[in-house]
Amino acid sequence: MSILKIKNLNKEYKGGLKALNDVSLEINKGEIFALLGPNGAGKTTLINIVCGLVNPSSGEVTVNNFDIIKQYREARAFVSLVPQEIQLDPFITVEQTLEFSRGFFGKAKKPELTKEILEGLSLWDKKDNKVIQLSGGMKRRVLIAKALMNEPEVLFLDEPTAGVDVELRRDMWKFIAKIKQQGTTIILTTHYLEEAEEMADRIGVIDKGEIKMVENKDILMKKMGKKQLLISLKKTLENLPADLQKKYIVLSDDKKSLLVNYDSELNLDIAGLMQTLKNNNIEIGDIVTKQSSLEDIFIDLINE
Amino acid sequence: MNWIGFFTIYKKEMMRTFRVPLQTIFSPVITTALYFVVFGSAIGSRISVGGDVSYAQFIVPGLIMMSLLSSSLAAASSGIYFPKFSGTIYELLSAPLSYLEITLGYTLAATSRAMIISVIIYIVSLFFTPVPIAHPFVAVLFIFLTAFTFAMFGFIIGLLSDTFEKLNIFPTFVITPLSFLGGVFYSVDMLPGIWHQISYVNPIVYMINGLRWSFFESSSVSPLISIGIIVIFLVACLFALWRIFKTGYKIKT
Repeated sequence: MSILKIKNLNKEYKGGLKALNDVSLEINKGEIFALLGPNGAGKTTLINIVCGLVNPSSGEVTVNNFDIIKQYREARAFVSLVPQEIQLDPFITVEQTLEFSRGFFGKAKKPELTKEILEGLSLWDKKDNKVIQLSGGMKRRVLIAKALMNEPEVLFLDEPTAGVDVELRRDMWKFIAKIKQQGTTIILTTHYLEEAEEMADRIGVIDKGEIKMVENKDILMKKMGKKQLLISLKKTLENLPADLQKKYIVLSDDKKSLLVNYDSELNLDIAGLMQTLKNNNIEIGDIVTKQSSLEDIFIDLINE
Repeated sequence: MNWIGFFTIYKKEMMRTFRVPLQTIFSPVITTALYFVVFGSAIGSRISVGGDVSYAQFIVPGLIMMSLLSSSLAAASSGIYFPKFSGTIYELLSAPLSYLEITLGYTLAATSRAMIISVIIYIVSLFFTPVPIAHPFVAVLFIFLTAFTFAMFGFIIGLLSDTFEKLNIFPTFVITPLSFLGGVFYSVDMLPGIWHQISYVNPIVYMINGLRWSFFESSSVSPLISIGIIVIFLVACLFALWRIFKTGYKIKT
């Protein structure tokens, strides 16, 4: 079931920059959807339109079937945003900034929720600290905590782990996975393709304001993921024997290794291949396998 | 109406006021008290404004109004400018808040701050001279309407400004001169010929004289005309705000 529906959405900024071009997209309830794209592809514009920060030029967006413009109160009640930049009032305490976030949404104080969220993000002991006293990583966690105070059904994370160290990034992934388990739909944009690969159920690729592809992550990896088998040889091989002359087997220029390219469609008989090498008295020094990452797939798509 | 949302903005702004009370409340009070010492007590004893009202008493409503104008304008303009500048305005724009609720949250907080300052200035003036108020409710009405109108005006300036310099242009180059020329320290009736006529183009003349009437039952302008002018100015501000929000100018792209 779709919780967010975007239909023929266009955005043209003053000056003629077309940030979104006829974008249509549906986000399923409870999924983690990763929106990938290079800088300036339109990711933030898309998020900002749904959240009410940017006016669309044309098109329709509904959240839980509420139109984001005509029924903005109902639509926004379900949505929260974690912005890309650290945008916080530096002079108030962590607890106050969280309570204000909930208040803006018209919801009464709920101290047990504040505690639960702050504990979940390892910020409880900082609740009385002013935001200005926190480290960059903590401020980023405060932004996530603020977004959760509204108990959203749809959470937008605009590059949530940009500039965050590896350990904290992994902690955040765990936390986001926990929020998902509670039934929240998560839409994230990221530059770290590893992040999308780790967390997303579905992936959308946007470039120059157009959605290039939307696909289930596992299917995408299966469909487009390539595998390579690199066989290092103990002795140089001048030519490939006749029974190894197949289009997916390449002898390296230095004649010291064989490169076998295959994908999920090609059911490679590895045991058979090893036997053929043995039959041809080719001795194996080492074997390395490599699977193309989402990053490789993404670069292929953008370059198409 | 998102009452909790509106009240959260109001509370956040009032907390900002009380976080730095020396700057927001006591600074205008000290400045006004100094004006009072110099003009009211030192020089004022040699100036006559006619009737039973001494010069020291005469300038009290003007000093209150001058401080009221600048503090309500500054509170509302900085209140909305800083979230724009720091980017935290995203929270307001993405929340289920109407523009009316956002505007009222900021402007009523600025109005409250200005009214608190007015009360303190009045209390301080009592240390120098007795200042009876003939019509206290009318005085409160004038103070509220003026503070609210200038808070609206400040809110517009804060919305339209994209640099700190632009934020300060209006208070420095328009409001301060108009306040001084609006009859804080003198009655516009004392001005000769054409200067007397020109004074009536200055809307602040009506605000100061309105409050002065509520104190002493006499002023250069009828209190009804004063209220009328303030209301016209308020409606003009509301119309300008409506246009700004309708187009999203300087807030949304």
